[in-house]
Amino acid sequence: MNFVAAVGRVFLAFLEATGRLAVFTGTAVSYCLTPPLYLRQILRQMVDIGYYSLPVVGLTAAFTGMVLALQSYTGFSRFEAESAIATVVVLSMTRELGPVMAGLMVAGRIGAAMAAEIGTMRVTEQIDALTTLSTNPMRYLVAPRLIAGLATLPILVLVADIIGVFGGFSVSVYKLGFNPAGYLKNTFDYLETQDVVVGLVKAGVFGFIIALMGCYNGYHSRGGAEGVGSATTAAVVSASVLILSFNYVITELFFSR
Amino acid sequence: MSGSAKITVRGLHKSFGPKQVLKGLDLDISERESLVVIGGSGTGKSVLIKCILGILTPDAGSVKIDGEETVGISRGARDKIIRKFGMLFQGSALFDSLSVWENVAFGLIQGRGMDREQARKIAIEKLAAVGLGPEVGELWPAELSGGMQKRVALARAIAAEPEIIFFDEPTTGLDPIMADVINELILRCVKTLGATTLSITHDMASTRKIADRVAMIYDGRIIWHGPVWQIDKSGNSYVDQFINGRAEGPIQMAVRG
Repeated sequence: MNFVAAVGRVFLAFLEATGRLAVFTGTAVSYCLTPPLYLRQILRQMVDIGYYSLPVVGLTAAFTGMVLALQSYTGFSRFEAESAIATVVVLSMTRELGPVMAGLMVAGRIGAAMAAEIGTMRVTEQIDALTTLSTNPMRYLVAPRLIAGLATLPILVLVADIIGVFGGFSVSVYKLGFNPAGYLKNTFDYLETQDVVVGLVKAGVFGFIIALMGCYNGYHSRGGAEGVGSATTAAVVSASVLILSFNYVITELFFSR
Repeated sequence: MSGSAKITVRGLHKSFGPKQVLKGLDLDISERESLVVIGGSGTGKSVLIKCILGILTPDAGSVKIDGEETVGISRGARDKIIRKFGMLFQGSALFDSLSVWENVAFGLIQGRGMDREQARKIAIEKLAAVGLGPEVGELWPAELSGGMQKRVALARAIAAEPEIIFFDEPTTGLDPIMADVINELILRCVKTLGATTLSITHDMASTRKIADRVAMIYDGRIIWHGPVWQIDKSGNSYVDQFINGRAEGPIQMAVRG
């Protein structure tokens, strides 16, 4: 009986948390779609998410593209299919690794920062202060972050795709001795617009998830420094798990035939 | 009194899980009156203010501002009511990411859509009203001492010239001289504005200085109220124990050994 009660409690807690997140998301999205929008806040967040994440995302993409080329070469050279390396690199980068690697890196960098900033504002009563200053905290803090996440990550991923492909190109040409023109031809011959577009759609979804999890966990943090720490961890873990889950769902929707 | 009541609270209940914090609290505050609610830690003082402000939703009861019910009203109606309020938070709750003048001008710029330059002029005036020079406006909140942060928070609370100002433990954490400076500033600013004020504190020196009337909260209800000059002969054993700071008496603190 106790076991059944324990399972029931966990299930109810799960439903409660899901419901709370759904209400939070619905409210936040309604503020994203209705004026006034705080443009200064949106721009600030876009710079934070996009510009300041560029070095870490760029490095990740470059090394991912380089490793992809090396590993593909090791495998494909066994049955003389080296010409497929360029295609493997560009498709892997645009469809999967660009958005997923950038998403995970940004979740660690930005999701954590959002949760920490909003969580600190919560425990120091700054969010209550916003309300007393005739400013809706959801509209001022959450909506700009969601809009910026949704709009900026696709741009960041597009740059990551280019850097990743260039990483593969440089290893293939300078280390493995490929012909540069042939490599580029193979890169673009088999690349379709849909590959890039779906990767960017994924990026938009991931950007939204990262901002949502950062804001949600920060907004509901309780109990001082420890609460803010827990919120930060929860933001990164939940965003990472959701990114990987939604990556599968979007891939299933667009690419399974 | 209820004819000219600025704030009327009736039967206010608020619980957090199994813990009942407010248990049918009644309170009246007349126009231009300074009411101080005294009481020990955890008796529901902050919850009372947050219920009146609308930051917390009461489980039951009524809160009227200028005769208008504010419990259960729409978001738009709440936005109108909140424009009448100003609040000084216990920990000042200044926004870390904004400079001092932007903090003071925040309600004017974001809440009321005022032009930044005009809002800046008003912020400098309000800083002067609390004894701070214009150069302080360019600093960040982290660069200020506790006393200066309280002054800036007071300037922010009065910047939009609210009709009702709430003070949450205005002198907590300050040395006695700085506490008296803050009390003087509160008196001067409130007099200039002609505002109604509700303060919560357990600092009796502050209470005697800023109160017209005092109410004591205990176990989720107001157990005594009267003019400040009556507080020493209230005839209420709870009030006597509290204002004299005695461990012995009807109020039993939970002490863990």
